[in-house]
Parts: sequence; structure tokens; C-alpha cells
Amino acid sequence: MNDMDTSDALRRSVAECLRQIAPEVDPAVLDPRRSLREQADLDSFDFLRLLMALNERVGVEVPEADYGLVDSLDGLVDYLGRHAPRVA
Amino acid sequence: MIELRLPSFGADMDDAEFVQWTVQPGQRVAKGDIACVVETQKGAIDVEVWQDGVVARLLAEPGQRLPVGRVLALLAEGDEDWQAVASAAPTPGAATPAPQTVEPAATAAAPAAAQPSPRARISPAARRRAAELGVDLQFLADAAGAQPVTLADVERVAAAGPSAPSAGSAEAMRAAIGAAMARSKREIPHYYLGCEIEVEAALRWLEAFNAARGLRDRVLWVALALRAIGLALREAPQLNGRFVDGRFEPCGVVHLGVVTALRGGGLVVPTVHDADHRPLPEVMRALADALSRARAGRLRSSDLADATTTVTHLGDLGTDTVYGVIYPPQVALVGMGRIAPRPMVRDNQLVVARTVHVTLAADHRVSDGMIGARFLGDLARRLAHPEELA
Repeated sequence: MNDMDTSDALRRSVAECLRQIAPEVDPAVLDPRRSLREQADLDSFDFLRLLMALNERVGVEVPEADYGLVDSLDGLVDYLGRHAPRVA
Repeated sequence: MIELRLPSFGADMDDAEFVQWTVQPGQRVAKGDIACVVETQKGAIDVEVWQDGVVARLLAEPGQRLPVGRVLALLAEGDEDWQAVASAAPTPGAATPAPQTVEPAATAAAPAAAQPSPRARISPAARRRAAELGVDLQFLADAAGAQPVTLADVERVAAAGPSAPSAGSAEAMRAAIGAAMARSKREIPHYYLGCEIEVEAALRWLEAFNAARGLRDRVLWVALALRAIGLALREAPQLNGRFVDGRFEPCGVVHLGVVTALRGGGLVVPTVHDADHRPLPEVMRALADALSRARAGRLRSSDLADATTTVTHLGDLGTDTVYGVIYPPQVALVGMGRIAPRPMVRDNQLVVARTVHVTLAADHRVSDGMIGARFLGDLARRLAHPEELA
């Protein structure tokens, strides 16, 4: 799988997890560079649940110290891509 | 023999519509098991049993509108034979579908207890007409407060146009919230105090706490705040209790209602129990579970009964300061705004530190500014020593 495929797959995972937390938000209309929390109206509890769902899906835990890096959709997908466990 | 009664889920609730049973006669149940589902203006609520026992006789049917306090089922306890309990006990009380004069039961401190409270009186004629015209009496009763609801009121609402909100809809929820808030402003002489609390130490402590734990054990700022508020309320009994029938009753326990916005609009206020006694991870777990149930629309009776004080946290939305409205029959509400780095003075130097504006709305019939001020000072001190909140 090349990087583009991984990125698309991750984007889909994020969109699906986001749907669980904020079902009325259409991920397709979100600006991937702006704050995800603001656009999707996610409070701290929603965001934590999103990270938990992504952890189960993708196997990546985002520590609080890295919250600044995952504020946007692009940032989140990029972070997950860099930290996802490698499959041999 | 145990009587399972319909609990009250708030000061604005008089009755609920019975939806379905989730247990059957002969079934053994434990405390906390869900026995049935009822529909209220707050949505569908799972009603739990409060004692271990065996279900003996079911006394409610789907579609029935039942008042708070009404017996829903009989259970056998201990060594009792459930079949004997089922056949021996006479039918307790009359089932009361809408058009009858029923003494409105009131806010319950615990699910079993019911105390009278001043509520709207609705004449039998008004009730019958409301049933005929499809007017929601709950809505009218809340709007009327202590005034009687008359036949003229019912006909006026019916004539006014598109249907009064139906139970369970977003409009019904809005109406219920509006009625509770209107009543609060009408009856409770509010006073307001506010202070800016430095939380740099608390947040650094929390960050270290979370860094040492996995995602599943991560504790949110709100949980830490609830813990501090719980402990401070334990020392401020005049801010933690109920004002009913002209008298204040302090509560020995601290159960915090946490205002939660629902994504489709509307608010629910699930309760985090014993915030003063439980360690931080447990408070976080209780909060997370209650919020998940609230957002999923699967609240339980224990989520909505018996809050002693309410907390509203609007920090995530960018509000600096909250001037809240007390939720009757409580006597105080704690508001928290956004945590942000702000300029402040420490040791005569201008520094930048994260602070939060905390406000207290309190009932002046029960407490004075001194009590409120002491509470806020105590809260600030506790947040300055976060390790004691763990």
C-alpha cells in the first residue's frame, strides 16, 4: 500500500469515527485545514471519545501533549499515518 | 414486598408515559437492573430497580400516562414467594389515565419518597377538555406555575394554533426547560458572585496525571472541577440542598447535576453522585458514562434523580463567564467558563497563567454573599492543591 492509499484509508476511518460521535456532521464539507473541533462542535468529551474510537480502529493513542498536532482533519490524518503500527 | 414506583426526574415533572417492561414476573433482579422504559419530556428513560428481589406483578401497561410516585410493579424480597406476593396483594391505588383529579406528586428526594410541593391545580373540566382537544397539560401546568389552569386556558391554547408540543419532541424539551427556568426566575431571589481562579497548577498536575495513564483512563478538566466543587460543597451546606414548601432542607450528600447540551438541541442534566467522596478516576468514569448515555438518549432514572446542586461548564464553547439560572428546587448553581491563558499578577509581577472564571448563583432565601464568597475561596484553594483531589 502506498502513502496515498493509507492516507485515504485513514481519512475514511476518521470520517466513520466522527459519524459515531457527531452523526449530523458531514465530513465531506469540513475544511481539512481548520479546527475540527470548532467545525464539528466537539467538546472535550466528544474529542476524547473520537480519539478512543480512532485508537480502537487504527491502533494509535494520541497523548494530550500532541493535541495541538491533531486539531485539523489534515493534522489528524497525518499524525495517525506517522504513528500507525507498521504491518509487516 | 417491594413497590417499584415511578421516580421523579426533576422539578418540572409530574408524570410520564409508560412505554414497555424489560422484565417479567418470576424474574430475579438486582439493584440497578433496568425494569422498564418510560417516556418524558427528557426523552425515553430507563427505570432501574433499587433493591434486589423477584418480579411478582406488573401494574402498568404501555401507553398509560402515570403520575410520579405511582406503583409500577410489586416485587418479592428476601425469602418471599413471588407468586404469593403476586396473588395476595390487593391492587394498590387506582391507575390514573389523564382526565381525573390527581393530587400532583412532587419532586422526589430518593425514588421512593414523595413530598407535596406547590403546583398548578387543574380542574376535572379542564383536564377533560385538554384530552378532547389534544392540549398538553404538562406544558400548561408548568407555564401556570402556582396559578390554577382553567378551562379557558385550555381552550385558548387549543385555539392559538399549531399543536402544543408533543411529549418527547425537541419542542417539548424546550418547553420543559423554559418552564423550569421561568419558575426559577419567578420564585428564587438569585444573587451572583464570581471570581477568576488560577488553574495553572491544577492543569499541570492533571497533564502529568494523564501522561502517566492510557487513553481509557484520561481524566478531563471537568471531572477535576467536579471533584473540587463536591468537596467545597460539603463544607457549604447552605448551597447544597432543596427549598421546598418555604423551607430549606440541606442534603448530607453531594450529587452534582452536570448540564449537558444535546447535539440536536436541548439540554439534559445527568447526575454525578457522591462527587465529594469518590476518587477522581471514579468521578471521571461516572461523568463519562452519564454523558454517553445522555448523548445516546438512553438515560436512566438514577441519572436524573436527586441532584443536590448543578454545575454548568461552557468553557469549550468560548464563553468566559456564565451567569446561570438555578434549577429548582436546588439553591445554587456553579458556572465555569473557558480556561485560557490570561495576564495576572503574582508576587507583584505581571505573568501569564491559565485561569477560569467561576461563578456562583445562589438562593438568597437560604444563603448570603458571605457563604457564597467563602465557597468560592475554598474552591480556589482546593484547585491550587490538585493532588488532594485525586
